[in-house]
Amino acid sequence: MTADPKAPRRKPKTDSMATEGEKWDLRLYVAGQTPKSLLAHENLKKICEEYLPGKCHIKVVDLLMNPELARDDQILAAPTLVRKVPQPLRKIIGDLSNTERVLVGLQLRSRGATA
Amino acid sequence: MKSAKAKRILDAPSLEKCPTGVAGLDEITNGGFPRGRPTLLCGTAGSGKTLLAAEFLVRGVTQYDEPGVFIAFEETCEELTKNVASLGFDLDALVRRKKLVIDYVHIDRTEIEETGEYNLEGLFVRVGYAIDSVGAKRIVLDTIEALFAGLANASILRAELRRLFRWLKDKGITAVVTAERSESTLTRHGIEEYVSDCVILLDQRIIEQVATRRLRVIKYRGSSHGMNEYPFLIDEDGFSLLPVTSLGLEHAASTERVPTGIAQLDDMLGGKGYYRGSTVLASGPAGTGKTSIIAHFVDAACRRGERCLYFAFEESTNQIIRNMRSIGLNLKQWADRGLLRFSVARSTMLGLEMHLATMHKRINDFEPRVVIVDPISDFDSVGSTTDTKAMLTRLVDFLKGQQITALFTSLTMDLGESTGIGAVGISSLIDTWLLLRNYELLGERNRGLQILKSRGMAHSNQVREFLFSDHGVKLVDVYLGPNGIVTGTRRLMREAQDRAQKSLQTEEGRRKRTGLAQKRRLLDARIAAMRAEFEAEAREAAAGSEQDALTQRNLTLRRERPG
Repeated sequence: MTADPKAPRRKPKTDSMATEGEKWDLRLYVAGQTPKSLLAHENLKKICEEYLPGKCHIKVVDLLMNPELARDDQILAAPTLVRKVPQPLRKIIGDLSNTERVLVGLQLRSRGATA
Repeated sequence: MKSAKAKRILDAPSLEKCPTGVAGLDEITNGGFPRGRPTLLCGTAGSGKTLLAAEFLVRGVTQYDEPGVFIAFEETCEELTKNVASLGFDLDALVRRKKLVIDYVHIDRTEIEETGEYNLEGLFVRVGYAIDSVGAKRIVLDTIEALFAGLANASILRAELRRLFRWLKDKGITAVVTAERSESTLTRHGIEEYVSDCVILLDQRIIEQVATRRLRVIKYRGSSHGMNEYPFLIDEDGFSLLPVTSLGLEHAASTERVPTGIAQLDDMLGGKGYYRGSTVLASGPAGTGKTSIIAHFVDAACRRGERCLYFAFEESTNQIIRNMRSIGLNLKQWADRGLLRFSVARSTMLGLEMHLATMHKRINDFEPRVVIVDPISDFDSVGSTTDTKAMLTRLVDFLKGQQITALFTSLTMDLGESTGIGAVGISSLIDTWLLLRNYELLGERNRGLQILKSRGMAHSNQVREFLFSDHGVKLVDVYLGPNGIVTGTRRLMREAQDRAQKSLQTEEGRRKRTGLAQKRRLLDARIAAMRAEFEAEAREAAAGSEQDALTQRNLTLRRERPG
């Protein structure tokens, strides 16, 4: 996987830019209770327990119930995981089954490390 | 010969169309875009795709009461509103009236990480929500290619796009999708695979340093459509296309005559003037008075309350008004009252088709009964003679179709040269041809006017001398000298001679009559004298005879008395 040339250059790091003790605000947008959305939720919970124990605040948003949020939060795909806090905003789309990618997306792992 | 089967097929319900409301586009597509299906607008950057798509939505609301949704992938709502405002469309107002929804979909590749399976249900939800919030029947997606740029998984994208269009079709929503053109294919990412019910290409080309915009309907499933490239304009009223319809010479021919504004010219034209709806050309070298003849007609038409549209390619409005004032024509009064409108431009400013498209638009806006093009000879510098002739043919057809009387002027070299558009090139388009010439003789140059042809009426075949005066143009009565028509100073001389001659004769006559009268008086006097003499003699004679009678009686008496 090649590095995205548009991404700002960062030193490889193993931790995000969050200050210690700050809670992560993660939102999982799904479109109804489908197998995919349930899987995504499961995967997310597992990742949080393993890599960010006790620091995650997960909220599941069902777009079918709140369609206006799709516009407000600029959601295209489902499921989409949005990391609101810490900044910068990151979006991870898919059922989150590829853990490595999820970690890169959450900036818990640098891109270079996942060859 | 239609067989029964063929007739059945043709009678089958045709594709339902969604009228765009864009001038000319509905004619070319025979009714508009296919209803409930996606139409693809592709073109290079800056060719006007977003504007056309926006106009489709706006007119959908304002003219057909169909609310719409604009999904913008590249511009924010504010940017889009500002850009479209240049077309005279107020998107904010429509949004406030809940007739339009603008949804800006932001895709930033750097923000996104793709992990595992996903679909674009988020987009569907947004689109569905937007559609439901206003009850939209029309939607624009501008431009779908942003999805390809933002999301890496092309196969998911394609599948989802197919799903999206099927979903829109099921809802009966007419969609317009824009895509940018690449050099070899119609769109960068092959969108035309699944948006292929109707494909329209917008093109912007530079020909001889002049930009021309053209539109072409590449494909329209289930419908006939105009096949050619059509030039179009984008201005403060939106798009206007120039459909080349009615080259079929099917116009009506009026028998009404309109006066030319110059009394003697009316006489030359069988006494009544031009036919309404005919095309008149006044051609001649510089300074022969072509514009003045036109101006007289304009003045007469405005006086009758008919609107005139004057396309000037050589002089400014003020110049024309000033020049015509010098021969006693006040055109400003008509301009002020809105009966006369000037449209001024240099011919080299636009390409031929843009000129034609502009003229169409102005004519449709103003709805005049008279159109002037002064001069047409300039168009030669913009295109080839063939192109110019084609453009003028289309203009004339358009004007005849609307029964608008047209007057053209053309600058030509003195007769004898047959190059340029003023001469033989367009003679077949012209119904009445006024030829103005210079006659140089004895150190003077005089102007003459001649009617080369005037279809459908008897006309004079003489060359009349043409004079400017403070009260307009005058065509002087023909002066026939012993060697033919005489003009200018010679004519004046001849006329003076004639007048002298005439007065001489008159004098002569008077003298004779006076002499005669005198003679009569003399005669009368003599007769009177002779009569008097005669009467005197008669009296004398009478007196004498009386004396005789008396003497005789005396004698008789003496004889009878005896003495």
